[in-house]
Amino acid sequence: MPFASTTRNVRLGLSSLAAHKLRSGLTTLGIVFGVASVICMLAIGEGLSYEAREQIKRLGSNNIILRSAKPPQEPGAGGAAMHRVLQYGLTYADVERIATVVPGVQVIVPTREIRKDVWFHGRRVDSTIVGTVPWYPSITNRRLLAGRFLTTLDMREAANVCVLSSALARELSGLWNPLHDMVKLGTEPYKVVGILESAGVGTGEGFEGLPQTERQVCIPLTAARLRFGELIVDQQAGSMSMERVELHGAIVRVSESDHVLKTAEVIESLLKSFHEKQDYEMIVPLQLLLEKERVKRLYNMVLGLMAAISLLVGGIGIMNIMLASVSERTSEIGIRRAVGAKRGDVLAQFLTETVLLSGFGGLVGILLGVGMPRLITRLTGMSTLVTAWSVLLAFGISALVGLIFGYYPARRAARMDPIVALRHE
Amino acid sequence: MNIVEASGLSKIHRMGEVSVAALQGVSLKVRSGEFVAVSGPSGSGKSTLLNLLGCLDTPTSGTYRLAGRDVSAMDDDALSEIRRDRIGFIFQSFNLIPQLSVVENIGLPLIYADVSASERRERARRLAETVGLAHRTAHRPAELSGGELQRVAIARALANDPVLILADEPTGNLDSRTGREIMALLQQLWRRGATLVVVTHEENIARQASRNIHLVDGRVERDTATAGAL
Ligand SMILES: Nc1ncnc2c1ncn2[C@@H]1O[C@H](COP(=O)(O)OP(=O)(O)O)[C@@H](O)[C@H]1O
Ligand SMILES: [Mg+2]
Repeated sequence: MPFASTTRNVRLGLSSLAAHKLRSGLTTLGIVFGVASVICMLAIGEGLSYEAREQIKRLGSNNIILRSAKPPQEPGAGGAAMHRVLQYGLTYADVERIATVVPGVQVIVPTREIRKDVWFHGRRVDSTIVGTVPWYPSITNRRLLAGRFLTTLDMREAANVCVLSSALARELSGLWNPLHDMVKLGTEPYKVVGILESAGVGTGEGFEGLPQTERQVCIPLTAARLRFGELIVDQQAGSMSMERVELHGAIVRVSESDHVLKTAEVIESLLKSFHEKQDYEMIVPLQLLLEKERVKRLYNMVLGLMAAISLLVGGIGIMNIMLASVSERTSEIGIRRAVGAKRGDVLAQFLTETVLLSGFGGLVGILLGVGMPRLITRLTGMSTLVTAWSVLLAFGISALVGLIFGYYPARRAARMDPIVALRHE
Repeated sequence: MNIVEASGLSKIHRMGEVSVAALQGVSLKVRSGEFVAVSGPSGSGKSTLLNLLGCLDTPTSGTYRLAGRDVSAMDDDALSEIRRDRIGFIFQSFNLIPQLSVVENIGLPLIYADVSASERRERARRLAETVGLAHRTAHRPAELSGGELQRVAIARALANDPVLILADEPTGNLDSRTGREIMALLQQLWRRGATLVVVTHEENIARQASRNIHLVDGRVERDTATAGAL
C-alpha cells in the first residue's frame, strides 16, 4: 500500500470515526479493558518477581534459615506444664551434625537470642542479645561500621565483648560514644568492640519468625551459653513458664546454588530423625522465590483469561460496529468502486478504520493500565511494576485485534458488487 | 476511431432459480465524439448496457473493446483501473458522498489515481467552475439543490479526463427546467469533443443527441442518426 493511500485512509478513518464519537467510544470499551488488564497482569507479575528478587537479596539465595519454634502444646498437659520445663528447638548437636554430615554446606552460623535490657551511662534500651560466631556478619552481608567483630579468641575465652548494631549504638550514645566503652547487658558488664550495620541478609524485615536486627547486641556464643544459661523463665500474670532452648536459629550457607533445595531436604530429614516434635522451622529463600513465581503464574493465568475475554468481547464489538458501518455506507462503497477504487482500496480503507478504532482503545487502555497498578499498590500493598515492553505488547495486541476483527467487515465491503451497492439507498 | 466496439453482448441476471436475460446479443459501435441517446421502456436493459459499457459489470457473453482494448476478459482490479482512467459515470440519483464537500466529491476519482492532494483540489476547483459551481466548492451535498448535485456529479465524471462519459437517466430526478439545464451542460461537453452515451426515456432529450438507440427486451430495435448531430 503506497504511503499516499495510507495517509489518505488514516484521514478518512479518523473523520469517519469522528462522525460517530459516542458509538466509537463505546465500541472500544472492550479493547480498553482488555489492554488495561494485560498491562495490569504484567505489572502484578513483574511486581511479584521484583519482590521475590528483593527478598532473595535480603535472605540470601544460597542460605537455608533454621529457627527454633515452640511446638504445639499437647492438649491436657496444661496444668502440669506449669512446673515442667519445656525443652525444644535446635541444639548444638544439630548444628554439629549439619556441619559434618550434610554435603555441600559451606558454613553454618548458629545464634542464641535473649531479650535483655542494655545499659549505658544510665540509658536503658530494650534489645536482643545475639550469641553467635565470628563469621556471622559475612553470611548476613552486614558491614562492620567501626571497630572489629567477634573473634575466635573471644569465642574460646567466652570473652565479655560485644558488637552493637548501629541503630542500638545510636540510641545508647548520648554524650559518650559507646565504642571501646563498657555497657551492661542485664547485670553483666561487656566491652563494646565494634558497631555492625543494622539491616542485612537473613534478617527479619517484613518476615515473621526472623529476628529483628534493629536493636541488637552480638556477643560470643560461648559467652551467651555461659552467662545467660539456657533456661528462660517467663513470668506473666501470676503464672510461670520455663523453657529450655539451646539455639534460636542457624543460617546454613550452601556452596552451590543448584544444590540449595536438595541440601534443604537432607537437613530436613536429618532434623526430623533427631526431633520428635516439630520444634523448628525451615525457611528456604529460594523456595519462597519459587512459590512467588507460582503465584505469579496463577495471577497471570487468571488475569490473562480476563484480558483474553475482554479483548474477544472488544473485538466482537468492533466487528459488529464495523459491519453496521459497512452496511450504512454501502452506497459510498459503490461510488468509490464506480470511480475506480479497487477491492484492495476499500479493504484497506475499512481495515485502517478498525485498526484506528482499536488503536485508540488501546491508548486509553494503556492510560488505564498504567494507572490501575498504582491503585492496586495503594489498596493492597502488593508491589507492581509497569514495564515499557508490557505497554508496547498491549498496544500491539490492540492493533492486532483491530486487524483480526476488522478483516471480515472490511472484506465484506470490498466484495460488494458495485452495481448493487450503487442502487442501495 | 471507435471508442466502443461491442459485439453480441448478453447479460443474464441470475437470482436463485430465476434468471433474467437483460441483454440479448447487443452489438454496438460508438465513434469518438458521438452523442448517443439510449431509450427504451423500463426493464429493456438500458442500465445493464450502460453498466457493461462502463466496466461496472461483465457480460455473460460477447466481447467489448473500449478505446481499442479488449476489456471483456479483464479481472476486477484491471476493470477498476479502466473505470478510474477512462470512464466518467453520471447517475440518476447523483450518488455523491454526503460527508465530503463539493471539491472533495469532484476530486474523488483522482484519489485512486494517486494524484497529490494539492493538485486534486486545484483540478476539482477548476471543474467546479466549468459546471458553474465555483461559489459552492466548500458545501456539502445536503446543502445543494438537485440541479447543483448533478453538476457536481458531472464535474466528478470529468475529473479523470475520460474517453467515454456515461449517464443513466441524468435528468430523471430533476424538474424539467433543471433537466434542460443539465442537458445543455452535457451538450456543451459534447461540443467540446466528449463522447457521451446517455440513457433517457424523454423524447426531447433523445432528440438533442447525434444518434438514437432504442432498446426493447434487451435487443437494439432501432439505431438512427438524428438532426441533433448538427
Ligand atoms: N442485479 C439484477 N438482478 C436481477 N435482475 C436484474 C438486475 N439488474 C437488472 N435486472 C433485470 O434486468 C432487466 C433489465 O434491467 P435494467 O437494465 O435495469 O433495465 P432499464 O434500465 O432499461 O429499466 C430487468 O428485467 C431487471 O429486472
Ligand atoms: Mg435503468
